[in-house]
Amino acid sequence: MDTFEQLYNYCISNNKTIFEASQENMAQEADISVEEVRNFVQKSLCAMKEAISSGIKSKELSMSGMCGDDCFKIQQYYKKQHSMFGDLFEKIIEYALATSEENIRMGKIVACPTAGSCGIVPSTLLAVSEKFNYSNSEQINALITAGEIGRIISIKVALAGAVAGCQAECGVASAMSAAAICQLQGGSVKQILNASALALKNILGLTCDPVAGLVEVPCVKRNPFLAIHSITAAELSVANVESKIPLDEVVDAMSQTGALMSPMLKESSQAGLATTKTGLDIANNIFNKK
Amino acid sequence: MKKTTLFDIISPIMIGPSSSHTAGAVRLGLLARHIYKETPKSVKFTLYNSYAHTGKGHGTEKGLLAGILGLDVDDRRIKDIFNSDLAKNIEYSFKYTDNIKRHPNAVDIEIDGKTKMFLSGDSVGAGEVAIRKINDFSVKLTGRYNNLILVYKDKPGMISKVTYLLQREGINIAYLNCDRNAKGQKASMVIEIDGDLQSAVETVILHMPDVYFVTYVKKLEN
Repeated sequence: MDTFEQLYNYCISNNKTIFEASQENMAQEADISVEEVRNFVQKSLCAMKEAISSGIKSKELSMSGMCGDDCFKIQQYYKKQHSMFGDLFEKIIEYALATSEENIRMGKIVACPTAGSCGIVPSTLLAVSEKFNYSNSEQINALITAGEIGRIISIKVALAGAVAGCQAECGVASAMSAAAICQLQGGSVKQILNASALALKNILGLTCDPVAGLVEVPCVKRNPFLAIHSITAAELSVANVESKIPLDEVVDAMSQTGALMSPMLKESSQAGLATTKTGLDIANNIFNKK
Repeated sequence: MKKTTLFDIISPIMIGPSSSHTAGAVRLGLLARHIYKETPKSVKFTLYNSYAHTGKGHGTEKGLLAGILGLDVDDRRIKDIFNSDLAKNIEYSFKYTDNIKRHPNAVDIEIDGKTKMFLSGDSVGAGEVAIRKINDFSVKLTGRYNNLILVYKDKPGMISKVTYLLQREGINIAYLNCDRNAKGQKASMVIEIDGDLQSAVETVILHMPDVYFVTYVKKLEN
């Protein structure tokens, strides 16, 4: 299945969920059983949990010294003053920061779909699952659903900042995350695809302009932002708020936008935040230190 | 071309921070080790372009060395590899250079030990890698498949002899790449196969006339 339309039609005519279609397809492609597919996904899920639990305890900075203690800061703050949006909001922010900071301090993470965007899917998937006691099996269903969204997007757009900017990394992660949350909440096939469309539509044009060429500024903090973004998409979708543009066409727009975007804004650090006065100062400091 | 699968999207489980600059570097080192077949005595890495400029902040050097020493992309020892016992018995050095003819994330690996070997590779994105050169020969080795690599005398019939042996074992060839220095001189063959090869086949090929070198490189697990 190469398009979301095909996926939708297949699911509807065979009375299957997205994760069922996806795991069967994967099993067939790799010549393994559905159980083996789910075991693989289980491993990624476990590694996501480990990354959060070790990230949440650390405030070690990255090699550049730019990032690493933001999760600590937000936890300290929430101890004194709870978020006005409640404990689930707090958890999502913390988990997203914990994971992406674990990444930049050379901890163990799951690239989902990429390392720079590794905090988005785990933060929402696990925070929501803990809050509403979704079972391990339901979490696997949600992660497979997320993966299927990423897989079909990747057929049209390479999931790399150098190819299509951050829309293809954190943006796609937020579309995956929206689908995962929608699946957990019992959303229909239509609602899940719609959730991804809503999330993706609202990050089109997102550039990749990392300071000093490192996966840190703005990447680390972008993870909690886009995690929350994906929750908005999931909530709108289960309320039947529809994306006027279907997901396949949003992906086409993303692909076109990525192609039109200057290479200077696609991971090369030749423009944008990377070449602001402060961005350049930081880069000079990092490279002179070494 | 291999299609992206569900598994690719929710993996690898890896040491951060960058799939191309960290996990890719580990995989390049690991493939070099699998081709060389043992721990080298010394290794010189030359990092090009983006690898040279942002490698330090991404742990690219650590990844390359960890790979050569046999660590996988998710091994927590990568982070502190320079101070680990593993790195005590190997000499290593890094050079940094720009060359617009090379891939943005390219590396040369010069290995010394029982024999000398020169390898070049690129980290092509999302943690995917390709070894492009082994000594004088152009190859393309991704670590996605089990690989049989041969160096032999360039003459008629060599490819069919080797592929016949594989066919007899019921092995399907996924990709086949050949290169040669000059007509009648040394040639190379890189055969990516489905399934696994019995070591007996490797031995049979090695004993074929005009085959100078054979090595079987298993695909990367992660």
